Amino acid sequence: MTNSFFHPSLLLICGGLLLPFIKEPFRKPYLLLVPILTFVDVVYLGFNQGIYGEVAFLDWQLTFGRIDGLSNVFAFIMALMAILATLYSLQVEDFWQQMAAWFYVAGSIGAIYAGDYLSLFLFWEIMAFASTFLVWCNRDEKEATAAGFRYLLVHTFGGLLLLSGFVLRYQATGSIAFELLDYETHTAYNWLIMSGLMLNAAVVPLHSWLPDAYSKATIGGAVFMCAFTTKTAVYTLARACAGFDILIVLGVAMAIYGIVYAIIENDIRRLLGWEIISQVGYMVAGVGIGTALAINGAAAHAFAHILYKGLLFMGAGAVIQMTGKSRFTELGGLYKKMPVTMLFIIIGGVSVSAFPFFSGFVSKSIIIAASYEEHLLWAGFLLTMVSAGTFLVAGLRLPWLIFFCEPNSAEVVERAADPPWNMQAAMIVAGLLCFLLGALYPLLYSMLPYQDALYHPYSAYHLSETLQILAFTALGFIFFRNRLVARPIINLDLDWFYRRGGQAFQWLAKYPIQWLDTIWGKAYRVVGLLSLMTTARFSAWFDWHGIDGFLDGSARGVRSLGRLVARVLQRGQIQHTLAYTVTFVALVLIAFIWM
Amino acid sequence: MIQFIDFLKERGREVRYIIYGTMAAIVIWSMTVDTSHAHTWVEKYIPGFWAIFGLASCTVLIFFARWFGSAGIEREEDYYDE
Repeated sequence: MTNSFFHPSLLLICGGLLLPFIKEPFRKPYLLLVPILTFVDVVYLGFNQGIYGEVAFLDWQLTFGRIDGLSNVFAFIMALMAILATLYSLQVEDFWQQMAAWFYVAGSIGAIYAGDYLSLFLFWEIMAFASTFLVWCNRDEKEATAAGFRYLLVHTFGGLLLLSGFVLRYQATGSIAFELLDYETHTAYNWLIMSGLMLNAAVVPLHSWLPDAYSKATIGGAVFMCAFTTKTAVYTLARACAGFDILIVLGVAMAIYGIVYAIIENDIRRLLGWEIISQVGYMVAGVGIGTALAINGAAAHAFAHILYKGLLFMGAGAVIQMTGKSRFTELGGLYKKMPVTMLFIIIGGVSVSAFPFFSGFVSKSIIIAASYEEHLLWAGFLLTMVSAGTFLVAGLRLPWLIFFCEPNSAEVVERAADPPWNMQAAMIVAGLLCFLLGALYPLLYSMLPYQDALYHPYSAYHLSETLQILAFTALGFIFFRNRLVARPIINLDLDWFYRRGGQAFQWLAKYPIQWLDTIWGKAYRVVGLLSLMTTARFSAWFDWHGIDGFLDGSARGVRSLGRLVARVLQRGQIQHTLAYTVTFVALVLIAFIWM
Repeated sequence: MIQFIDFLKERGREVRYIIYGTMAAIVIWSMTVDTSHAHTWVEKYIPGFWAIFGLASCTVLIFFARWFGSAGIEREEDYYDE
């Protein structure tokens, strides 16, 4: 059995490494082929579930392929989304973007299949580093470099929390197996692991990185990013922290927090980012409830969410690419110029708002039903309230501000048009899938991990409940839409602390510390350097002509090699250095799995 | 599709009446639905409870968000640039 296992992440990593050498006319077919093969591999493994890829490494047993009901449904949707997002960014010439995106997906699928903390951590970090490049590759946005560094720093911090958590746990229990943690023990390592996973799920208060980075990423990069990081984290939380009561409170809090910020947001992709936080809140709450029905709900909602949120980010990307604007205060009135984009943004919007026959309807309600079933009435009512807010933001405010309200700039409307064929094709497929999942919900339910705890969404009562909420939210929108107009402002969030804190540190470094350094440097030059230089010159002369001449000029050889390496590898750009490091780590990983 | 939207835009009043009519139909239909599986007594005994809940929650969210925004987190767009 073991020999039939080929890790899907390896396919993507190898495919990504070969990508720079593939030229047109083979490039586009190749770009589609690799994620399709990955998807086929994931589906094949889904039919042959079990434990694969067990490797003994030093004292530990690493498991690279734990495939069961829970990991299968997440890996399936990740691989499917990889095809759609690659199709969407097919026309991008810059192969670094596609390479980074595939490494990122490889990290996500690898983390989902990981059965121990060490391999989980490895893929976790690949995911963080690779996705940072999707932000850095955005050359149209001058803030992208800074946003990428902030994203990377926050994720490095989250990775450290996870690392310290599982190392402490290893010390205490002697196991690195990635399994359900014991909630009753209240140990520090449980909380550390949970915080590390929570940071990637953007749980309040560890969430500010998400709207910040996603709004600065490349057009295609944001479509990738909106799918993988948070939902992989939801999977890991469902694996390790199912039934942790505190996650119910945090999940409901982030659902409300996200929607409140989305109501007052002025940037398209930041608004969608806030809504991701809100929707992931449902999943985190589902994980916190922890019953079979709730875990099913979290998995189903993650599945549906990846498709409709991917669709919304595709539509937002199309608007930004074709108009060059991302703020609502510069858009408006685009329906005449971008009808296809409008249709699919609306389909994404009604899917996230849980319209009957669209995907949100069959997934979100499982989590709400699970909370009522556990007699958590407050959670059920608050989450229902947020779903009214979701319709308000994604179903009404978003399309209204982009397409239907009075144009803010005639020039932007003039420039706008529907995007290239491949972007439209990706939107069409994603839109169809949103509808299929909602209409033919057994397709989705048959993949859920707990087949004995299923839900029946199309009851008359649930239909009437949903329709009433939707209709009267629309009424509220008609009444109060003047309070939902976009205004040219930004809203402060918790990232203020590290953005302003960073500036304070820079000031400190620039003025007092720099001053001290300058004074010290002057003193050193005057007193110490002169005498030191005289001795050094003599010993260098002796070394060069006396000793190296004696040793056959080997120092000269080393020096010229060093210069060559420095010219090629150290170009003083930290992005390049990081890319080489990540590639090196990936190669080491391949070597380990094959060994 | 564009023409259809223009058609609707020109007849804002009629569209609004159709929306109100649909809302009324939904609420009337909801009174005939079996509520024996409802989770709480408010759903069972208040007719159109979810309609009231939907309107109330979107109003609360809009006003809370606007209040929260104006309570001190709003800044000009180049706030972080300096």
